[in-house]
Amino acid sequence: MLALVSPALLVILALIVLPVGWLAWQSIYHDGFTLENYRRVFTEDVYWRSFALTFEISLAVTAIALLLGYPVAYLANSVPKGWSILILSLVVLPFWTSVLVRAYAWLALLQRSGVINQFLRYLDVISEPLALVHNTFGTVVATVHILLPFMVLPLYATMQKIPNDLMQAGASLGASPSLTFMRVFLPLSLPGVLAGCTMVFVLCLGFYITPELLGGGRTVMVSMLVSRNVELYNQFGAASAVAVVLLISVVAIFFIVSRFVSLDRVLGQK
Amino acid sequence: MMRASPARIVLYVISLLVLVYLILPVLIIAPISFSSARFLTFPPPSFSLRWYQQYFSNPAWMQATRVTLTVALLTVVIATPFGVAAAYAISQSKLRIMRLIHMALLLPLVVPIIITAVGIFFVYAKVGLVATMPGLVLANVMLGLPYVVISVLAGLQSFDPAQEMVARSLGMNRLRSFFAVTLPQIKSSVVAGGIFAFISAMDETIVALFISGGQYQPLTKRMFTALRDEIDPTIAAISTLMTAASFMLVLLASARQKRSG
Repeated sequence: MLALVSPALLVILALIVLPVGWLAWQSIYHDGFTLENYRRVFTEDVYWRSFALTFEISLAVTAIALLLGYPVAYLANSVPKGWSILILSLVVLPFWTSVLVRAYAWLALLQRSGVINQFLRYLDVISEPLALVHNTFGTVVATVHILLPFMVLPLYATMQKIPNDLMQAGASLGASPSLTFMRVFLPLSLPGVLAGCTMVFVLCLGFYITPELLGGGRTVMVSMLVSRNVELYNQFGAASAVAVVLLISVVAIFFIVSRFVSLDRVLGQK
Repeated sequence: MMRASPARIVLYVISLLVLVYLILPVLIIAPISFSSARFLTFPPPSFSLRWYQQYFSNPAWMQATRVTLTVALLTVVIATPFGVAAAYAISQSKLRIMRLIHMALLLPLVVPIIITAVGIFFVYAKVGLVATMPGLVLANVMLGLPYVVISVLAGLQSFDPAQEMVARSLGMNRLRSFFAVTLPQIKSSVVAGGIFAFISAMDETIVALFISGGQYQPLTKRMFTALRDEIDPTIAAISTLMTAASFMLVLLASARQKRSG
């Protein structure tokens, strides 16, 4: 049986475990052991700002995705089966479009001469085109678009398991629909909220293509820090240290969350 | 239950807006790709196929397309048997270490892709695999493996291993009984896993940005570079074709999975 898994395992060991180990080693060893790379990551302004910005954007994206995703999941859960299949299909449809294609679409929609600016000018709402892209706004809009399915699916899965009887019990005890929602449904859906938020937040931390194409060079997220240190500045040690800190953050988040909700639930949605 | 209370109406409106937000970017690409205008104008002044012509007559785009299709095909050919063998072993073995191996095989989904990309770049630089076809294929095999493993494990869950025991008690060896009894029953999930690996290889961008170069650059890398410089409607044409291709593949895969479930 071990012989059967070994080809797959070898590929994983050679192309995930070894490279990550290499990064970790390179971050502390360069002609002798050094913590210089980590000192820079934690003290130099550029790095610090980038980490702070990445966490801010990830938090914002997670919050927006929750606000947009919860109603959709709730609706999909409360309508007849045919409708919920339709809603969920629409949610996962963009999922199967390349991230690059969607970046192109958002550029086409949001740029100065783009569809949205043209439409708003046609309506006479604005006289000058709005700066909707090549900034943090554009990055957030496109990132939420990509990550929203990762929020809706775990929410829907959790909501489906909430027995309808509980809501009826609440209603029969005289609670208004909003009170039943707040006191019964909402608390029971929290595991799904946690699973969805974790997935979206963690995926957002490592986002690269979207901020690179829609951020206009000003929104430097951690992943861009890594790539620039490799491609532009040949700072391999620094790039490795940034990568290691990012990976440790991701693992730590998964570890903390796994104490509250089963990880299968978080990862099983992909 | 379905009374249209004010709260309910608000729920409908919000959900509708969110769904429009999700779908609009996917729908906007096709009309742009058939537009005659050099710059984005919406609605398009007139329809034309010039951007498709531009794509099919440009040697650089064609070369990139060949690379993408070759890589995706080779990825499926390698990742599918590797993944099937691994999934079979995981489902049959009672060894404790299998749980750990199972988790290891899902690592490509968990490790942020930028970290994987840079790490592979450093390893490839040492062994001379940067800007080579084998390097590109190998990386995509690794990234596609989890999809095959997940899909086949799901297929094996509804398969009764006792059937294979019967075949073996009747004198088949393990290999023959797998191919004669087990594989036909999990065929659909194997095909679905292979299709997902194909789509994943077709769409992969970030690893390719770091490790591909020269004549072995896939479509996604060229698209990324082109998008960074200017918004050329040729990319809308390519995007439309890519989207159509992956939708058809997904439909195929889900039709397969349904039959197995």
